[in-house]
Amino acid sequence: MSGIPAAGQRDNAKPRTLYDKIWDDHVVSRQEDGTCLLYIDRHLVHEVTSPQAFEGLRLAGRKVRAPARTLAVVDHNVPTTDRSKGIDDPESAQQVETLAGNARDFGVEYFNELDKRQGIVHVVGPEQGFTLPGTTIVCGDSHTSTHGAFGALAHGIGTSEVEHVLATQTLIQKKARNMRITVDGQLPEGVSAKDVVLAIIGEIGTAGGTGHVVEFAGEAIRSLSVEGRMTVCNMTIEGGARAGMVAPDEKIYEYLKDRPKAPRGAAWDAAVRYWESLRTDEGAIFDREVVLDGANLPPIVTWGTSPEDVVSIAGVVPNPDDIADEMKRQAKWRALDYIGLRPGTKITDIPVDRVFIGSCTNGRIEDMRAAARVVAGHRVREGVKAMVVPGSGLVKLQAEAEGLDRIFIDAGIEWREPGCSMCLAMNADKLEPGERCASTSNRNFEGRQGFKGRTHLVSPAMAAAAAIAGRFVDVREWR
Amino acid sequence: MDKFTQLTSVAAPMEIVNVDTDMIIPKQYLKTIKRTGLARGLFAEMRLNEDGTENPDFVLNKPAYRQAQILVAGDNFGCGSSREHAPWALLDFGIRCVISTSFADIFYNNCFKNGILPIRVTPEELELLMDNARRGGNARLAVDLEAQTITASDGEVVSFDIDPFRKHCLLNGLDDIGLTMEKAVEIEHYETQNVDTRPWV
Repeated sequence: MSGIPAAGQRDNAKPRTLYDKIWDDHVVSRQEDGTCLLYIDRHLVHEVTSPQAFEGLRLAGRKVRAPARTLAVVDHNVPTTDRSKGIDDPESAQQVETLAGNARDFGVEYFNELDKRQGIVHVVGPEQGFTLPGTTIVCGDSHTSTHGAFGALAHGIGTSEVEHVLATQTLIQKKARNMRITVDGQLPEGVSAKDVVLAIIGEIGTAGGTGHVVEFAGEAIRSLSVEGRMTVCNMTIEGGARAGMVAPDEKIYEYLKDRPKAPRGAAWDAAVRYWESLRTDEGAIFDREVVLDGANLPPIVTWGTSPEDVVSIAGVVPNPDDIADEMKRQAKWRALDYIGLRPGTKITDIPVDRVFIGSCTNGRIEDMRAAARVVAGHRVREGVKAMVVPGSGLVKLQAEAEGLDRIFIDAGIEWREPGCSMCLAMNADKLEPGERCASTSNRNFEGRQGFKGRTHLVSPAMAAAAAIAGRFVDVREWR
Repeated sequence: MDKFTQLTSVAAPMEIVNVDTDMIIPKQYLKTIKRTGLARGLFAEMRLNEDGTENPDFVLNKPAYRQAQILVAGDNFGCGSSREHAPWALLDFGIRCVISTSFADIFYNNCFKNGILPIRVTPEELELLMDNARRGGNARLAVDLEAQTITASDGEVVSFDIDPFRKHCLLNGLDDIGLTMEKAVEIEHYETQNVDTRPWV
């Protein structure tokens, strides 16, 4: 296997970033204007953004070019209650059945709603070892950026591009710019990956990464577990960047080893040698650099209707009148009006009606453990309705093996079946108008979790603490 | 895909920043397995009242803007979810062009796959165009993709940049997949080479 070259090995060794290397190794052809045909190694498919793509293939008499590079799973529409007797909502049922039929007709592997491997597509990919460092990964879902945690180039695409990838295993792309976000220092106790990424979005703004691929670096990032890195990369899209990534290291190899779809034996050894070369070279140029001090980050809560509307748990709701730009000021007033809060309100004085722990941002085993640690021995505040939705069937089984389900149930928190659930409320799990929710998901947009529902984004530990206290509390002071 | 060459229309002013795709088309409309018929969901939670009647205050419900084929909007239009239902809904409603200072990447891409032209302008140009849009039927905008210009009602001309390949595809209504299929030999070559260099993938 000594013939295996390092990533995109070249003679004229101009220093390159991790993104440059993966990009170079996937260019099939390049036009004069820089538009490239990029090879796609892995394609994840779910039921909401794929039906029209398969229909397009059918109408044109096309096949799926590389079924073995494609993995389909249902997640958005599935109920999180007992589904052994089918799905009640006829439209949801039709989308799920359509994916099952398409997977069968086009020869794509498919995890159905009763498969223990079923779950949120971005939890399932890594769990199966389908996600690998140095690969290109796409899915008709913006949170595909999650997979960048493995040192993959992973991003969301629209349905037309889903069809393009199914038919050709490539995408027409122009290269994005390089951006590096370095988070130095050690995170304080009670501050998690979620707080890091919310702080980053607060710093750069929701369009701060537009046109860029972000590499996350620094001590605080390297210290994160694989799950924590996924949380950070997951929300890269909320900062507008096309993708986010972290250079792979031992933690990644250890996570992937012996996963069902990961390479084995000699292939594994060769893969690791290649993955070791996936580091940004000394002297490589980033078009933009942002540095944050991780040691001084607090737990964070969003106060508005954009993920950039962040504030420390120790802070107050800001006053939009402090913003100079007219349209931005109006937007923040509109957000406060929607969310039903006044400037100056202490975050710890905000009560919650609902708590949602789950999603592709925070639905992995580590998130379940963090939430369980906080609720153990407590009861949910009267009047608060809380639910935990594991990110996959395997996360659920693992959590149950560790007794976490008992901790939640004993605390009065519902323990559900896996899926996207109330992150986007396409199934029956949704907020009622006016309800306020502490949510570990990724978007606090108007109506996201239900018509006129009010979402505050927080970490799993912060959400769990809010469920017990009935309001936001500083988890750093939790006992 | 329909071609996009020239368009002269009333422009609807949408003076909101960060218009996200959840706003453009709420999730309850994503359960379809078709690309068509999504106009009913466009901006549904702003355009419609809770009882399903039209909200008369929403810009696209105002008489002057009911036929608008152009939207002029605040920064970072189309952020959030990758749902192509957003451009499908715009198109089905009759919107063929969106003008803003910036767009989220995935939405921007999705527009070109559906014959919609997203145009990036400077904040100053946006203000000029927004001012035209506020004047409703008294100030139409004329968009010319070939010339890469927007002509405002008083004759001011705003030039815009666009990727040449995307422009070419939009002007001619070209199907991406068909174009890529012509490169099958190159794709095969890449795949063969990959078996040697990265066999584990």
